[in-house]
Amino acid sequence: MSVRALIVAAALLLIGPWLLPPFYITLANYVGLASIVVLGLVLLGGAGGLMSFGQAAFVGIGAYTTAYLSIAYNLSPWLSLFVGLAVTGGAALLLGALTLRLTGHYLPIGTLGWSVSIYYVFANIEALGKHDGLSDIPPLTAFGFSLQSSNAFFYLIWIVALLALVSINNILDSRFGRAVRSGGRTTPMAEALGVNTARVSMTIFIYCALLASVSGWLYAHFMRFVNPTPFGLGTSIEYFFMAVIGGATSAWGAIVGAGFYIIGKQWLQTLIPAFTGRVGQYDVIVFGLIVIAILHYARQGLVPSLALLLPRKAGGRVAHHVVGSAEPLAHRDKPQPGTKLLQIDRMEKRFGGLAAVNGVSFDIQAGEIMALIGPNGAGKTTMFNLITGVIPKTAGRISFAGHSLDGLGSRQVMERGITRTFQHALLRPHMSVLENVALGAHTRGRSGLIAAALRLERKEEARLLAEAKKQLERVGLGDQFDAAADSLPLGKQRLIEIARALASDPLLLLLDEPAAGLRYEEKVALAKLLDNLRTEGMTLLLVEHDMDFVMNLVDRVVVMDFGEKIAEGKPDEIQTNPKVIEAYLGSVDECSPLKHAV
Amino acid sequence: MDTQIFSILLEDGIASGAIYALLALTMVLVFATTRILFVSQGEFVTFSGLSFASFQLGIAPQIVWLLAVLALVVTALEVVSALRLGQGKRVPWLVAIHLALPLAVVGACLWLAPLKPPVLVQAALSVALVTALGPAVYRLAFEPVANASVRTLFVIAIALHFILQGFGLLFFGAEGYRVDPLIDLDVSLGATVLKGQAMLVLATLAVLTAALYVFFEYTLLGKALRATAINRIGARIVGIKTPLAGRIAFTMSAFIGAIAGILAVGSTTLYYDSGFLIGLKAVLGAICGAMLSYPLAIAGAIGVGILETFSAFWVSAYTEAVVFSALIPVLLWLSLYAMPSEEGQEL
Repeated sequence: MSVRALIVAAALLLIGPWLLPPFYITLANYVGLASIVVLGLVLLGGAGGLMSFGQAAFVGIGAYTTAYLSIAYNLSPWLSLFVGLAVTGGAALLLGALTLRLTGHYLPIGTLGWSVSIYYVFANIEALGKHDGLSDIPPLTAFGFSLQSSNAFFYLIWIVALLALVSINNILDSRFGRAVRSGGRTTPMAEALGVNTARVSMTIFIYCALLASVSGWLYAHFMRFVNPTPFGLGTSIEYFFMAVIGGATSAWGAIVGAGFYIIGKQWLQTLIPAFTGRVGQYDVIVFGLIVIAILHYARQGLVPSLALLLPRKAGGRVAHHVVGSAEPLAHRDKPQPGTKLLQIDRMEKRFGGLAAVNGVSFDIQAGEIMALIGPNGAGKTTMFNLITGVIPKTAGRISFAGHSLDGLGSRQVMERGITRTFQHALLRPHMSVLENVALGAHTRGRSGLIAAALRLERKEEARLLAEAKKQLERVGLGDQFDAAADSLPLGKQRLIEIARALASDPLLLLLDEPAAGLRYEEKVALAKLLDNLRTEGMTLLLVEHDMDFVMNLVDRVVVMDFGEKIAEGKPDEIQTNPKVIEAYLGSVDECSPLKHAV
Repeated sequence: MDTQIFSILLEDGIASGAIYALLALTMVLVFATTRILFVSQGEFVTFSGLSFASFQLGIAPQIVWLLAVLALVVTALEVVSALRLGQGKRVPWLVAIHLALPLAVVGACLWLAPLKPPVLVQAALSVALVTALGPAVYRLAFEPVANASVRTLFVIAIALHFILQGFGLLFFGAEGYRVDPLIDLDVSLGATVLKGQAMLVLATLAVLTAALYVFFEYTLLGKALRATAINRIGARIVGIKTPLAGRIAFTMSAFIGAIAGILAVGSTTLYYDSGFLIGLKAVLGAICGAMLSYPLAIAGAIGVGILETFSAFWVSAYTEAVVFSALIPVLLWLSLYAMPSEEGQEL
């Protein structure tokens, strides 16, 4: 986000009350209150991929808590703010624990469910005034001033909204933000790079609930009256629509969406009765049509779609952070070459009756490059998934650097020093090349949401980005930091995956078909890179179909066919092994195809 | 609670559950063929129920104008796209099916309503009216983005709920309506009294379930829909027109929703905004079958109806809270079996 935009926004806010008629100041207050909630949805939905139709319930918890405490116990609103945050945080923790495990479309349905439930709880508790709600909520006072006027509230609400905006932008542009945008549970990639996806989801869920709670607190003391209506499912859906209209991938989109929706609703509610002579909530028809039109024609929402029309500035959102002088990250000591690094003992994986991997054993020594080859369907990728804990094994033992990996998930395997790439390059399409690679260095940083929101992690961030830049240069993509990852051809996407894996400082690197889709010169460069890595003490295991590439590079080869290991040895032994030739050609022939492979 | 109250509650629960079950069936059908979680199906229920009530008063429901406008828009779009493809010969056929047919329904409604025809004719008109809305809604809201993610389609379904509910208020007003049950006949079975209306609902459920079974098992069209459900791309490659599958699914959804509306308005008061919660409860039922299994969806929906009736008896104010909280354990159970997939897309 440009600092200039923020300064302009702040200046507008400062003079706003002098320019706007009182009615519009009140309207602007509603826009601000909604923006705070919708900003949460940008982080949760737009970045984190978690759809919530329950934010109004959190607004309600914040509003009711302060209303009840300040009426029943005369508690200072400034104290009840924190009580409200605590109650909301607790509720979010509970609801998050129950619903964030839900995948795909079940999550939004789950949020619909508890959103309806909480509404009826508000509307039926005696102490909260049932359907009538609570009135005569005391006004806010600060330093002896009573913040009763709409103007005073204008400043308060918009200061909070701008702080929320800055925090969301800061979070998105950080180590934690990359983890949020990593795709979470929808892709095996995030956990394989060491992102604790459950924890990231929970953190952003709670943060968004807290934002909503603050909005509710402001609402209660601004209106000085609460009832259940504005905290029901309908309002939650309206918040969601604001995010869709403004653009859920942009923090400014939240404010534009909230403004568009609330001001538009006001106009419609004056215009429709004037034209039709009917009073009622007919604005929902118009907004429903707008949302459908947006999803048909500009699925990104207003702000991102309009931004595409503007000329894109050179540089970009990240490049300017990369400073050459950042202190390099600490790295692991490489094991002594020749020692046994990975030991696989009678590994087995069954899918129902099919044995995808059946009693395969082999060792990898530190400092060597080993290739795992075999015809299609031999079980090579399954083997990769077993080693890296992406899928659980049926039987067998596996140990790494003397420690057992049995029963570990992919994140824990990764933390012990094994990083992999995926056969179908799994990059985040909306992140730049540099951000994708920096995601690889996730486990080499520590800062979380709060440090990111307050920008306390800039030193660490510079080190992480410098590391990403270094790895990108190493794979020969030093000039493409800023490109969108999905704009590059597949061969380059594979190289980005390798750079990303290298950024995690692994001891053992697993490459799934790294040379597929590369041109001849690129293959030569890749072979040279892998050779250099070996010289530096890295251990590599690769699955590859290009026999020239494999046979000229690797130290040893393991051959699999129909889930079983059929041969193991040096490249020249494998090339003449009759079993291997049979597996590839179906019968023994005088001429080995592997010697003259394409 | 004595056994008599228990049996009365159980019967009521099963009867309202059977209405949810009708909708849950179509929820599964629509989701399987189009990947749309069609939460706004409940609006078909209210449209049909309120139209039926309107016919009973001898007034043609104003919703006919919505159908007329949608039919015009759909026809215009279809004709333009046919002409662009150089398929001018199809135009008469397109006009017949997309314009003449719906307008015939509109005309019949306007003509017959003041004549106060027999109740069954009124019901048939209501069902025809709402059924004709189904494919038009699919054509306009979903077909242009049929390949979007499940989540995008879900958001469109919710936006559609906003629109249809708004039209419901516009055309039917804020007042609630209830009509006399179609069958006012109670059969005493020992201590229990079987209500005619409840029996009718269950019979309808049985007949429609059987009809769907026959349709999917024994007709080519039904098999084409199943093929689309299993693999959209594969279905297209073997020559099944997937947009057609969507339109058929929505026609069936509107048809069954409309029948459910006729049954519902005979046993409960319907308002213009009753549809959403009815639809959501049907989703609850459908989810019990993981949006895949028809028998489990029926069982789940009847379970929702029973839970609803009993919680209305015990903690009436919290009925909805109880019903919707029950969703979460079911969802959690399903999530235990869900694996991360490549399908995950952001909005």
